[in-house]
Amino acid sequence: MSTTASLNENQEPKVEWLDKSIDALLKMTKTLAIPLAGIAVFLLMWSMAAQNIDTSLGKFPGPATVWGQFESLYQEHTAEREKEEAFYLRQEERNAKRVAEDPTYTPKVRAYTGKETFLDQIVTSLITVMSGFLVAAILAVPLGIAVGLSKTLNEAINPIIQIFKPVSPLAWLPLVTMVVSALYATPDPIVPKSFLNSMITVTLCCIWPMVINTAVGVASIDKDLINVSMVLRLPALKHIRKIVLPASVPMIFTGMRLSLGVAWMVLIAAEMLAQNPGLGKFVWDEFQNGSSDSLGRIMAAVVVIGFIGFLLDRMMLQIQKIVSWDKTSVTR
Amino acid sequence: MMSILLDISHIDMEFPTPKGPFTALKDVDLKIKEGEFVSLIGHSGCGKSTVLNIVAGLHQATRGGVILNGKEVREPGPERAVVFQNHSLLPWLSAYENVELAVKQVFGKKKSKRETKEWIEHNLKLVHMDHAMHKRPDEISGGMKQRVGIARALAMQPDILLMDEPFGALDALTRSHMQDSLMEIQNELNNTVIMITHDVDEAVLLSDRIVMMTNGPAATIGEILEVGLERPRDRLALAEDPEYTHLRSEVLKFLYEKQRKVEVMATVKKEKKKKGDTQAA
Repeated sequence: MSTTASLNENQEPKVEWLDKSIDALLKMTKTLAIPLAGIAVFLLMWSMAAQNIDTSLGKFPGPATVWGQFESLYQEHTAEREKEEAFYLRQEERNAKRVAEDPTYTPKVRAYTGKETFLDQIVTSLITVMSGFLVAAILAVPLGIAVGLSKTLNEAINPIIQIFKPVSPLAWLPLVTMVVSALYATPDPIVPKSFLNSMITVTLCCIWPMVINTAVGVASIDKDLINVSMVLRLPALKHIRKIVLPASVPMIFTGMRLSLGVAWMVLIAAEMLAQNPGLGKFVWDEFQNGSSDSLGRIMAAVVVIGFIGFLLDRMMLQIQKIVSWDKTSVTR
Repeated sequence: MMSILLDISHIDMEFPTPKGPFTALKDVDLKIKEGEFVSLIGHSGCGKSTVLNIVAGLHQATRGGVILNGKEVREPGPERAVVFQNHSLLPWLSAYENVELAVKQVFGKKKSKRETKEWIEHNLKLVHMDHAMHKRPDEISGGMKQRVGIARALAMQPDILLMDEPFGALDALTRSHMQDSLMEIQNELNNTVIMITHDVDEAVLLSDRIVMMTNGPAATIGEILEVGLERPRDRLALAEDPEYTHLRSEVLKFLYEKQRKVEVMATVKKEKKKKGDTQAA
């Protein structure tokens, strides 16, 4: 009897440890396996459907074709970079030679004017969306706070916001283009006009959800916290800095996340429409190009656009988690 | 004889409604001496909180006024610190930072960095919160939050401390702990306090005077009861004290005999509403 008892005692912790690790493994496979299975089923259905769609540009690209295009797009990028390096090297050599022959000669450096690769277009789109978003935030958050604090201002501005909010920013695009051309007519521009057009379009699309969410956040601050501020006689600016701003941070970020998601979608469309550099232009160029690779390359762009959109949202969520005091508001 | 610190002088309060002005308070008149602990008791909806808000300066009386230290109250200010019913701590600041905001605002450059820190810690120690100074409100219990709220109010060194049902949202055990703490602090600081309560035992235990309010509309002061029990008071010893029992029954008589009418009507209304709800469901 006693031997079995001691055996059990020895075994029990071991079994418990095993149980725990099995539990953890099960949990991990559950959290990983189900999404992976979902992706696998999707890829299967995609490749099956792709085989049955014939277009004038060949078969619709399946997952394998798209993967192949990713590789060739990357190769094109590295090849283009090598070409660029070679160009500058040649130019330097040539200039050095001419200076050696004629010391009074001042060498001219010309910029490389090669085609923008897929990776270049991604970077351009990212810079555009981020700068448009930042400009919108700089304008919208103070405006939202003012609207949220003042009922009169709210009544004055609300109809304007309500009317402009449902307008697709693409409708603004022709106007933005013309206004930028008219006003931004320096011979030596710091940023290209096309960048400015895309950026302002993004700003116009971000600004309304940000203003509305900030204003709602500010207007719905707990009355007790306002009373605390009044009892302490906080001056207006300190009241905004210490009470209003932190209290409405969760709502401000909700507005920011909303608008960044929409901005990314709108930017791609704007780039297609206006032929401004970026992923949208890449898609449109490939479509116009009409080679047998085009559809695969467009599909690759679609996947990248989706992935970047997802990453942008995750990034905002992470920032929100760090900045916000209300951890319960950050769940989705 | 102590001097009069606060004079609530014949105040009326009317709220505008679509059907015309609603008179919440009518001719409330009360003088409070320095160092006195006064509680306001009455059924809910009788305008206790309105009286407190007028003293705090958060509401303006329609007629009459409030005079503190010979000056009329026109706006809120830290010399009339308020402890709100649901703590009202800023949720994004720690207990220490919540008190710090008040101390820095009230004393500003009058205190050096070290004095400020010591004063904040002193006040948190007073309410027994020095062990959790750097925790945020969502990391501490309801009673602890209220302790921090009291520390914040005390740290302003107010002329008068206004407490709006400070322990109303707490469970009975926590509430009695808080009452003991408050008596202990009162022994040390001898603040002038107006406290709103709906708890008869709390009123008798803590107060020098209990102001009983009639039911609204047009609520006013019904009776004032002097509590002559010796301090420091001990809740266990008092439970057997005939004087305590007498005072307690006086308050109960006022609330449930002289002022019971509206309370009954309210319950009838509620029941009717409940019936209606179930029928609708």
